[in-house]
Amino acid sequence: MKIYLKIWRQKDASSKGKIVDYTMNGVEGDMSFLEMLDILNEDLISKGEVPIEFDHDCREGICGTCSLQINGRPHGPDRLITVCQLHMRSFKDGDTIVIEPFRAKAFPVIKDLIVDRNAFERIQQAGGFISVNTSGRTVDANSIPIRKENADKAFNAAACIGCGACVAACKNASAMLFTSAKVSQFALLPQGRIEASERVQNMVRQMDLEGFGNCTNTGACEIECPKGISLENIARMNREYLGASIKG
Amino acid sequence: MSSLIKSSIARKVVMALSGLFLVLFLALHVTINLTSVISPDTFNQWSHFMGYNGLVQYIMQPVLIIGVIVHFVMGIVLEIKNTQARSIKYTKYKGAANAPWVSRNMIITGLVVLAFLGLHFYDFWVHEMTYKYIESNPEDPTRYYTETVEKFAPIWRTVLYIVSFGLLSLHLWHGFASSFQSMGLNNKYTPSIKSFTKIYAVVIPLVFVFIAIYHHLNPITH
Repeated sequence: MKIYLKIWRQKDASSKGKIVDYTMNGVEGDMSFLEMLDILNEDLISKGEVPIEFDHDCREGICGTCSLQINGRPHGPDRLITVCQLHMRSFKDGDTIVIEPFRAKAFPVIKDLIVDRNAFERIQQAGGFISVNTSGRTVDANSIPIRKENADKAFNAAACIGCGACVAACKNASAMLFTSAKVSQFALLPQGRIEASERVQNMVRQMDLEGFGNCTNTGACEIECPKGISLENIARMNREYLGASIKG
Repeated sequence: MSSLIKSSIARKVVMALSGLFLVLFLALHVTINLTSVISPDTFNQWSHFMGYNGLVQYIMQPVLIIGVIVHFVMGIVLEIKNTQARSIKYTKYKGAANAPWVSRNMIITGLVVLAFLGLHFYDFWVHEMTYKYIESNPEDPTRYYTETVEKFAPIWRTVLYIVSFGLLSLHLWHGFASSFQSMGLNNKYTPSIKSFTKIYAVVIPLVFVFIAIYHHLNPITH
């Protein structure tokens, strides 16, 4: 396949970036999207040019590191996958593919296609944990009976890999799906209820401080989330937050 | 409580509550308007009651105006903040791939409805205030039907009403059910709320449109 690429190039955080055109010949449908970029980079290096920087790690859809906006959609055209799980068979000969970094004020570009997603880390640090004594006498979590329905919902929320596709997809660059997944995974379990009130207030406060937009319930985040995190979590976070704020 | 007022979730809830209040008001409004097609006398009686009842005039009317202003101002605040949250735009952005047009363009449909409200207020509210408080005319419980029907005589006003109610329909289509999600309600009743929203978003504006066309086609002959 012959593929035309339009890729965002930006020297560093303070430089102004631009779209640069590249042409790839001999692209195989069985190549992963990232392998296609690897080959492009090898070609650039052999020509003495600066390779394109992009985030990647596990390359099996579980770490949440890869983060590309491909033809206007986070992680590309296929549903419930990350970029590393996207294959070139999803494109056809002669296609033009536009590749950009995830765009949000809270996700500043570091270089080329790499963005700084530490805003998510700071939201997590604000309350995305439970305080457990790890002295060696920790109670086994499995010894506490939990309703199957709640266990399933908590597990589904915990599947969030923090990739940022929800922010990238949202027209408002809102981080509510991410934050709500992290709130929900604890709020649904007895171990998480103890700090539930402080957790939701602190995480929402940090989310707002980071400069993410406001959710307007378009549902784009749910559609583009590679792990299928549900909008139900946002409603739960809203409930938790309102209840916690009113109680004081 | 102070952090609640400033939070993004509180803004969503304010939008939701003011929106739901306006949704409820629409049902009352369309019911009274519909009587103008069924019985001019009933329409005159109800309109006179709404125009001179103290509770309606001095409590409900200010609350309604505040509701409209809060919904509008908060909508604009949210739009500005949301635009600021993505200072550098995408070269290519496929919004249609993951969210319906109505949900992504509430600001457009909302601004059209707001512009319509300007015309609507000028047509009826300003007229009413002038009649009662500036010109100090005596009470006339029989004038409302004639005044309303005459408003729809010009084709341009009837067309503007039809277009505006089309946009209101799109605004309700997303906004009504969305307000429940904003207030934290997403449960087994959500599919029913979404279905009811679609019916409400179509039926209510359609009845308003029917009334406008009916009066345009059936003018009062003197």
